Amino acid sequence: MSRLEARFARLSEQNSKALLAYIVAGDPVPSMTVDLMHDLVRAGVNAIELGVPFSDPEAEGPVIQLAHERALSHGVSLTDCLDMVAEFRVKDQVTPVILMGYLNPIEAMGYEDFARRASVAGVDGVIIVNLPPEEAGDLHSTLTASAIDLVYLLAPTTTDERAALICSASSGFVYYVSLKGTTGAATIDVNDVAEKLNRFRSLSTLPVMVGFGISNGETAASVANFSDGVAVGTAIVNLMGIHQKDYAEMSRSITRLVYEIRQTLDAC
Amino acid sequence: MQGINEDLYSFPDDMGHFGVFGGKFVAETLMTALQELEAEYGRLRKDANFLAELQSDMTHYVGRSSPLYFAERLTNEVGGAQIYLKREDLNHTGAHKINNCIGQALLARHMGKPRIIAETGAGQHGVASATVAARFGLECQVYMGSEDVSRQSLNVYRMKLLGAEVVPVTSGSKTLKDALNEAMRDWVTNVDNTHYIIGTVAGPHPYPMLVRDFQSVIGRETKEQFDALHSGLPDAVVACVGGGANAMGIFYPFLTDESVRLIGVEAAGHGLETGLHAAPLNDGRIGVLHGNRTYLMDDAHGQIVHTHSISAGLDYPGVGPEHAWLKDIGRAEYVAIDDEEALGAFRQLNLLEGILPALESSHAVAYGMQLAGTMGKNETIVINLSGRGDKDIPIVAKIDGISITQD
Repeated sequence: MSRLEARFARLSEQNSKALLAYIVAGDPVPSMTVDLMHDLVRAGVNAIELGVPFSDPEAEGPVIQLAHERALSHGVSLTDCLDMVAEFRVKDQVTPVILMGYLNPIEAMGYEDFARRASVAGVDGVIIVNLPPEEAGDLHSTLTASAIDLVYLLAPTTTDERAALICSASSGFVYYVSLKGTTGAATIDVNDVAEKLNRFRSLSTLPVMVGFGISNGETAASVANFSDGVAVGTAIVNLMGIHQKDYAEMSRSITRLVYEIRQTLDAC
Repeated sequence: MQGINEDLYSFPDDMGHFGVFGGKFVAETLMTALQELEAEYGRLRKDANFLAELQSDMTHYVGRSSPLYFAERLTNEVGGAQIYLKREDLNHTGAHKINNCIGQALLARHMGKPRIIAETGAGQHGVASATVAARFGLECQVYMGSEDVSRQSLNVYRMKLLGAEVVPVTSGSKTLKDALNEAMRDWVTNVDNTHYIIGTVAGPHPYPMLVRDFQSVIGRETKEQFDALHSGLPDAVVACVGGGANAMGIFYPFLTDESVRLIGVEAAGHGLETGLHAAPLNDGRIGVLHGNRTYLMDDAHGQIVHTHSISAGLDYPGVGPEHAWLKDIGRAEYVAIDDEEALGAFRQLNLLEGILPALESSHAVAYGMQLAGTMGKNETIVINLSGRGDKDIPIVAKIDGISITQD
């Protein structure tokens, strides 16, 4: 059983919702990333989405764009991201880590190399924002051979026909992008998310995570009512930007936010 | 050379691929919009009314056909092949960009989208988009890197006069590629009421196909005009390549005419060997950016690198996927001309023919002259003069140490 499967199975047994947290590897400085990952787990995060910095993050809102730029100012590469995961694995062998980013750094490394090195580092899944299943054939089979899940995204604009394709192609879980827009763009319409998710959920037996637009415990809890979990990114990354000069305060404020969301999720 | 037959006109395939190039590498939110665009364009490209509307605007608004002009003094100066210029600089708004914008604005109207957005580098595509928005009564926002906004104040003001809103983009390198990222972000957010007019033969399918189709009027006219003026086919067709729209437009009708050499000219900037250029087909490698797989300029880790060219319109790290494919199958050749050579051609065309070319087009003129010099006097070259150079006067004046800005 993969780490992701084990984690989702356990959460399901406990009747608990998954909380995923997104940070960009190397933001604000590379030396902080692994410690932050451990902080997030201690505060109640069930899986980590580690953003791979890219020069042209076309689906990100301004907050996460700046995080990519901060990481790139330290020259953080895909290789560095894999090293960070390996370092994280020294102390934590159970929390799933999903790399989230854009295709070109993986193209540059080469699919085979990437799959092999990610597997060795302890990566469990990959989300590639600009890779719909129609274009993913070769990478998908390469990752599958290394037992790494390739998670696809569903969007509010996704038709039922495409949703069926995406749900059957996805592995690990399915990620529902809860708004038309970039990351952190707006507050979401919970009723609209509920209606779309009800349609999509029958298409897959995989857990469905909801992300893009969840910034506090209240929204997280209401979305969790009809999903298997939520992903929080911009709200965390925003704190990293605000406190980029004060690492202790950054860690404290992020822990506080995540803990608050965890508590609200558990209370619902 | 392989694959030179009618099959060249069967690309892209249903998935939007030209061989390994092209495709649809976008966020899921945009997939449905791209499929709708594909379906709508698939229907309209065979619709007699749509084609008549397009033809009417091309004639009465753009001013087509544009002349094919025998550049006699330039030919005599070079002393080789006879040089013809396809005068896209004489179109309304001064460049080939309008051909595509008219087509896409009509598409937007048929799709019931009241708002258009566009990215722009030097401002030419932004001006053309703002122009068609005014012409068809559409709302228009143009994304432009903040570096380019300050370098191209004339075009920024021109867009405002046309009723468009210019949005400065401050992320990344603050240039064309970042403007494209920001336009994609806008489109993801406003996909219900907005059509994105991509200005070149790049981006996700169906853009490379539909921009090519709207621009191929250049090649169709050239073919007829050349036959009327000279008879037969030219020996070579030369065009500059940034994203590659004007080149694709003039090449396309010649693809299966094996005797015609098709030559794309990229920007060598400070020189290919310096790395400071914008020539991915000459010195790049295959990757994925802005929705398609193509040749790119990236570093060893897959990060897109800064490009350089004296011409803002060529200053882009990618290139249309059909060019990438034509290079790999050997149907087209891609060379590079540096800043100095382009400036030299810019000056010569002014002095010898009384024509002020855009710095983009000057790259094609520079290579066309070099090539003509190696050819016989009975041979012929057509150079696509894709735009006029009024917008570049401040840049060239600055190089000459002359200040013509009025503060």
